[in-house]
Amino acid sequence: MHLVTAKVQLSPNVTRLDLEASRIAEIRQPGQFVIVRLGNGAERIPLTIADADPARGTIALVIQAVGKSTRDLVALEVGDSILDISGPLGHPTEMISSGRAICVGGGVGTAVVHPIAHGLHQRGVEVISIIGGRSREWVIFEEELRRLGQVIVCTDDGSYGRQGFVTDATREVLEAGGVDIVYAVGPVPMMRAVANLTRPFGVRTIVSLNPVMVDGTGMCGGCRVDIGGQTKFACVDGPEFDGHLVDFDLLAERLGTYREFEQQASAACEAGSCRVGLARPDPSSPAKP
Amino acid sequence: MNEPKLPLKERMKIDRQSMPEQNATLRSGNFLEVNLGFTEKMALLEAQRCIQCKEPKCVQGCPVMVNIPRFLDFVVAGDLTAAARSLFGDNALPTVTGRVCPQETQCEAQCVRGIKGKPVAIGYLERFVADWARSNRDAVKIEPCAATGKKVAIVGGGPAGLTAAGELVKLGHEVTLYEALHKPGGVLVYGIPEFRLPKLIVEEEVERLVQAGVKIENNVVIGRTYTLPELRAQFDAVFIANGAGLPVFMNVAGENLKGVYSANEYLTRVNLMEAYALNSDTPILRARRVAVVGGGNVAMDAVRTAKRLGAERAILVYRRSRAEMPARVEEVHHADAEGVDFENLVAPLEVIGNDKKWVTGLKCQRMELGEPDASGRRSPKPIPGSEFVLECDAVVVAIGTRANPLLTATCPDLKLNRWGNIEADDNGMTSIPGIFAGGDIVRGAATVILAMGDGKRSALAIDAYLSPTP
Ligand SMILES: Cc1cc2nc3c(=O)[nH]c(=O)nc-3n(C[C@H](O)[C@H](O)[C@H](O)COP(=O)(O)OP(=O)(O)OC[C@H]3O[C@@H](n4cnc5c(N)ncnc54)[C@H](O)[C@@H]3O)c2cc1C
Ligand SMILES: Cc1cc2nc3c(=O)[nH]c(=O)nc-3n(C[C@H](O)[C@H](O)[C@H](O)COP(=O)(O)OP(=O)(O)OC[C@H]3O[C@@H](n4cnc5c(N)ncnc54)[C@H](O)[C@@H]3O)c2cc1C
Ligand code: SF4
Ligand code: SF4
Ligand code: FES
Repeated sequence: MHLVTAKVQLSPNVTRLDLEASRIAEIRQPGQFVIVRLGNGAERIPLTIADADPARGTIALVIQAVGKSTRDLVALEVGDSILDISGPLGHPTEMISSGRAICVGGGVGTAVVHPIAHGLHQRGVEVISIIGGRSREWVIFEEELRRLGQVIVCTDDGSYGRQGFVTDATREVLEAGGVDIVYAVGPVPMMRAVANLTRPFGVRTIVSLNPVMVDGTGMCGGCRVDIGGQTKFACVDGPEFDGHLVDFDLLAERLGTYREFEQQASAACEAGSCRVGLARPDPSSPAKP
Repeated sequence: MNEPKLPLKERMKIDRQSMPEQNATLRSGNFLEVNLGFTEKMALLEAQRCIQCKEPKCVQGCPVMVNIPRFLDFVVAGDLTAAARSLFGDNALPTVTGRVCPQETQCEAQCVRGIKGKPVAIGYLERFVADWARSNRDAVKIEPCAATGKKVAIVGGGPAGLTAAGELVKLGHEVTLYEALHKPGGVLVYGIPEFRLPKLIVEEEVERLVQAGVKIENNVVIGRTYTLPELRAQFDAVFIANGAGLPVFMNVAGENLKGVYSANEYLTRVNLMEAYALNSDTPILRARRVAVVGGGNVAMDAVRTAKRLGAERAILVYRRSRAEMPARVEEVHHADAEGVDFENLVAPLEVIGNDKKWVTGLKCQRMELGEPDASGRRSPKPIPGSEFVLECDAVVVAIGTRANPLLTATCPDLKLNRWGNIEADDNGMTSIPGIFAGGDIVRGAATVILAMGDGKRSALAIDAYLSPTP
């Protein structure tokens, strides 16, 4: 059992949960994730370790409520607990030890980019974070990233930072030169766009892939992705790969395998028949300050 | 020993009792166990078919040498407590092996009664006695001897790990079992379906170990949460039994289309994650036509699962003929009765999909059997021009597994063979002193009873390693 020790709503549908998981807190590295299962009957889903406090024995998960399982998780309150957390899984992020890096985060991907930026900063790398969201209230982790270097915020509607996509800002920084590596984490179209953008510049680009997973140990093969024509299992070979080699079309298609099922589960959840969410407040309502 | 109830001549006249089973039409729509088990009367009759050979051949056929005539004699005498103690003394999980051992190639293959007629139904009787013990737990309670103060870690909660845990705790060692998933049992819980091996049985066996003092830590992935060298430093000995759980794909075009599963994923979703229940959070595609590629137990489990999930056509695509199928004979019969379509002598060439990247068919080729190869099996050869497309909406690949490198990659000192399996000596000791290994990670995909045999042998070797005779 893993106790929820803190809960913060970061944006209208993104919530940070701090959970007891002392061993994982102690050894996790940037880029690694966990597989969680809320309780009996729940699905196993992968979530990146966004932060950790080894002294208190907690890890932070930043969760975007997109469907049944994530909604059930963000409905938890401090004092509730999660039955299973396994990890840390996946390979740690490939880091450079000097030079300049761009960290691009889209939506909840910003939370995933944060530990990477943190690791780079610790190694003495100059970090430029480019983060985005639909509008002001969707921008997350800005303050944390500011502590690690320059931050460029982009919003689709221009309500905060500059108007436009993260790719526009990324292009400008690339054109200015001196970039050694780019890390991009976010929705598939965003990662694809960033990879396409950096290709002509010949700048190494690492993306973090989010295929559907079950076990996270290499046993099921459900997380397979195509990297330069070779099949890889994202949970053990990744989740981060060379963005210039990823078959993003395939990834996007495979992510849609259970769309119909998910829509039904979501609808049932909204109708109030979702098991775990039943006795809890509506997770989509804004958090108390 | 008790007097035999019947004289030998009378015993020879008894016919082999057949296993009561759920009606085929009914069962192909549910996940309840197919075999219902012998009644006490049937068991008594069947046990008397054993003529108590002085040099029992059946025992030679069993990889762990269960003393078959002894426990059968107790059944005949009506002393089920003694029968259970005898059986559990030789075999830690008879509830499981009685159901899933390939008896027809092991114990029953050697039974002398099989020469002229049908062999004694050893598997069914094993199951009968073991099931009796499920409701009479005290009869077979694990009694640990005095604590030795030695600590042993076990990696993996499959049959090899569970057996080793039981043996080691009996010998007084402090045992911690680490399991990567949220539940121990290995293939017994994520692979073999409920209709062949109810999960409750595995849970009960695990509970028996916990009561005897085995500590079980789920959600710990050795190689990630702890490395092998870390474990070695914290424990006096380690037994690795992490199975052969890396699925092999066919390496044909279209293999990553939506609707193509490895058997591991398909079965894990349905069994471990309970996707067969309509209100499960874990989804599974309920396809109309499912093609399962392979001919072993795994393929048979997948294709029968597909049928139960409502597939109109559940098709088994196998490149040799039915006689060569490595699956248990009983499972092939059951699959047949449940309406599975067999496409024998057929090999897949390509998975075909539509523009939305959904599977629409499996392009195949017909095969014929050539001359027997070195292994004595006739190898399949393609018939030119025989290509055809088998229409289907899902493909399940069940053509084997390989050693999962996740653990071994974090311990370069551990000697592996060229397939990535861990090398172990006759006692299960690896190239690192104090680290033992057994089950599928050493043998490649094998059987439950062989994994259990390894677990037992390694446990005894670990005990010897930890308490050297002066
Ligand atoms: C390595 C990795 C790290 C991730 N880190 C984060 C994170 O830090 N924060 C976060 O909010 N999300 C993260 N995700 C995505 C997250 O796992 C999915 O959003 C979640 O599983 C969706 O479940 P659901 O039931 O709420 O939604 P559903 O309604 O089931 O699905 C919504 C979307 O999530 C995808 N999805 C469904 N099931 C799974 C599954 N078992 N594994 C992966 N994707 C799935 C679907 O393709 C669909 O696009 C990560 C995914 C991976 C693979
Ligand atoms: C679908 C299917 C049907 C089968 N049917 C039969 C049958 O009818 N009869 C028969 O005799 N055999 C059958 N087999 C084969 C048999 O199940 C295996 O040979 C046997 O389970 C091997 O046992 P094991 O203990 O070595 O490994 P497994 O049963 O594979 O167990 C390994 C365990 O280790 C865990 N693990 C893996 N990596 C790690 C790690 N890094 N850290 C911690 N834990 C880890 C796994 O999660 C798993 O629980 C079948 C196999 C399958 C897949
Ligand atoms: S363990 Fe298997 S092979 Fe041995 S006697 Fe029992 S059923 Fe037969
Ligand atoms: S070989 Fe057959 S008849 Fe002889 S002891 Fe074994 S089970 Fe009995
Ligand atoms: S999640 Fe099962 S192999 Fe990666």
